[in-house]
Amino acid sequence: MDMAVGDLTQASKLASATTLADPRPLAIEARGLVKSFDGTRAVDGVDISVPEGAIYGVLGPNGAGKTTTLRMLLGIIDPDEGVRRVFGHDRPHDIGRLIGYLPEERGLYPAMKAVEAIAFMGALRGLSLAEGRERGLELLERHDLGHAKDRTIRQLSKGMAQTVQLLGTLVHRPRLVVLDEPFSGLDAINQGKLERMIRSLAEEGVTVIFSTHVIHHAERLCEGVAIIAGGKVPYAGSVETARDRIPAQVRLETRAREGAWTTALPKDTRREGDFFYFPLPESGVEPLLKSLIDGEAGILSLSIERAGLHDAFVAIAGEAAARQLEADAQR
Amino acid sequence: MTGYETMDANSAISPTSSPRLSFFQAAWVIARRDFGAVLFSRAFLFFLIGPLFPVLVGGLAGSIGKSTSQQAISVEVGLAMSVEDNTAMSEAADTLRPQLGRTLPALRPVPEAQSDPDFNARDFLAARRGNYAAIVTGTLAQPKVIGTQGQVDRWSGPVELMAATAMGASPSTFPSAGSEVVASSASSERKTRIHTAQAAQMVLFLLTIMLGGMVLSNLAEEKGNKIIEILAAALPMDAVFMGKLFAMLGVSFVGIAVWGTLGWGFWAVAEDAIVTVTQTNYRELPGPAVGWPAFVALGVVYFSMAYLLLGSLFLTIGGMASSVREVQTMSMPVTMMQLMVFFIAMATVADTGSTMELFAVSFPLSSPFAMLARAAIEDVLWVHFVAIAWQAVAVIALVKGGSLLFRKKVMKSGGAGKAKKSFFGRSPRATENMPSAAIGEPAE
Repeated sequence: MDMAVGDLTQASKLASATTLADPRPLAIEARGLVKSFDGTRAVDGVDISVPEGAIYGVLGPNGAGKTTTLRMLLGIIDPDEGVRRVFGHDRPHDIGRLIGYLPEERGLYPAMKAVEAIAFMGALRGLSLAEGRERGLELLERHDLGHAKDRTIRQLSKGMAQTVQLLGTLVHRPRLVVLDEPFSGLDAINQGKLERMIRSLAEEGVTVIFSTHVIHHAERLCEGVAIIAGGKVPYAGSVETARDRIPAQVRLETRAREGAWTTALPKDTRREGDFFYFPLPESGVEPLLKSLIDGEAGILSLSIERAGLHDAFVAIAGEAAARQLEADAQR
Repeated sequence: MTGYETMDANSAISPTSSPRLSFFQAAWVIARRDFGAVLFSRAFLFFLIGPLFPVLVGGLAGSIGKSTSQQAISVEVGLAMSVEDNTAMSEAADTLRPQLGRTLPALRPVPEAQSDPDFNARDFLAARRGNYAAIVTGTLAQPKVIGTQGQVDRWSGPVELMAATAMGASPSTFPSAGSEVVASSASSERKTRIHTAQAAQMVLFLLTIMLGGMVLSNLAEEKGNKIIEILAAALPMDAVFMGKLFAMLGVSFVGIAVWGTLGWGFWAVAEDAIVTVTQTNYRELPGPAVGWPAFVALGVVYFSMAYLLLGSLFLTIGGMASSVREVQTMSMPVTMMQLMVFFIAMATVADTGSTMELFAVSFPLSSPFAMLARAAIEDVLWVHFVAIAWQAVAVIALVKGGSLLFRKKVMKSGGAGKAKKSFFGRSPRATENMPSAAIGEPAE
């Protein structure tokens, strides 16, 4: 179990979110979403609430129902049961100009030039073609793709085409950005760029919701996550709360293997080689330290390890789902 | 990084602008893109010039054939009289030709008759020498026509007239006859208008079927490009359908304009050949009952309606299909049905008001053809406004139905979920009061 590296800004937001009711209005509200395809329940009672300006992750293995959930939220498909609201509207198409969407299946017209593709996507959301072109050029320059503005989509590399499509998602300055598996197909550098872009959007008050089967993206970026497995959402809440569901563990390494001091250790301590592992007592480790010192245990190292999101996912969604998630991430 | 920092009052999503595109705006965005993409594609260029090849080849073949046949079947009459008489006959023919035109043969002195004092016209023709329909010998006072019985019967009268003119026996000036054309009967007029109706129906059908096929693969391509999800997320599917239909209608008009212009040019050059080949003098084709301007305008409107009706069916089929082969297979029943309703419309042209004709007028797919025929035969105009409105309703219904079917079968979207209005209350922001709505609360 590794100590998760969290964004301090996000952490502070979480602290307030977990201790106080979030004062922010909700960008997305969904209750009891159900969707079946050919008799199979792809989504079975999903509840999601995303405040405005948040970065929210929908986490789960392939086939869990992530894309179906996002499509229901966007109004591409309608749920069989349940309700959804986006910025208070039952029909997301009614506020099309406020939403940007990047589907999992990347799609652009192959014969269209990059800048025209961006302008077209802006036009779908109400931007004039002229402004779309101007904004498209600006965005392409900013993302080091100015040289490719007049190349057709089929002439671009996969990564460049994906970036063009992402820029098309943002060209009309939406207030809600929905990204379905945005990191898929990107190299490490571009993944880093995308993470920075998502953080920038959130800092500007844009609500970002993205689906992923790679836990560390969600852990690094998200305020809140919905963990989806088998069409159900066993957990929807903050990343911190998810991690806190598994108590922090203490890892102790001592020189001495035996001694009276071992009686001071909690009953559920387990030993692995030279290390002792036990849940962090409510009183902290300070009372234990005295016993260890007095008992001459010979402390070599003592660390408090917080569960990562992966561990939380395992605990919440189960080993099977966690293994599938790992397998999907390695593909 | 994102550009949001530059957002200002002039940004596209200003607080005063509507949060969504209207139906027509949405359709326009789609139509504009599709129209431009198809019009400037190489495939469309080939589509435009494709039908011209067989017409061009046929026209060339017809012209060559006509020229060849004209040369083979000569209407030259040889002159084997004295030099002076030959000249007098030629001059007489020139005098008479303005009034008699093609009734008079072309005259040409037979060179062999001038050089051979023992020239025998009968032997000459029997030996199949030269290329004369007949040969005139003798004198102006007693011309003799030598040739087959048919040629003798045909040319004797004109030869006599030319000889008389050469001798000064026919008047030097001819009175100009006035003329007055009278239709023989109402039934005859109706009969000839039926020809106009049938010709117009055939043209309308051919254009609709040829150009309607362009719509078939439209949505299948969108699915292949994976662009359909972006469109579905941004716009209502019926607006997407409508935009695509009108884009292809616009492309069709471009195609018709190109073919029409080339056809007009072809007609200007090869009118005689076309008339000969088709055995129809199009200049004498009777005018439609509503008059040509109204008839052409109605033709344009009915073509649009026929195209939109068939196109909406093809668009739906194309959206359902997952491959080009499936598109072709699934479109066959629609094509057959279109053929059938066209035949019904054609068959009922002469039976205005009959049950079958009323069916043809009412059934949306056959209505444009049946109504165009009515415009040729009857001069009542108000029925056309009613029919056009009815066809427009049918187009809207087919587009709506097609888009719903597409959402159900392809996007897998059913009806909207059951509304739990009590949860959200009446106000869009009612969830502020709901304790479980904020992040931090587990869903369990």
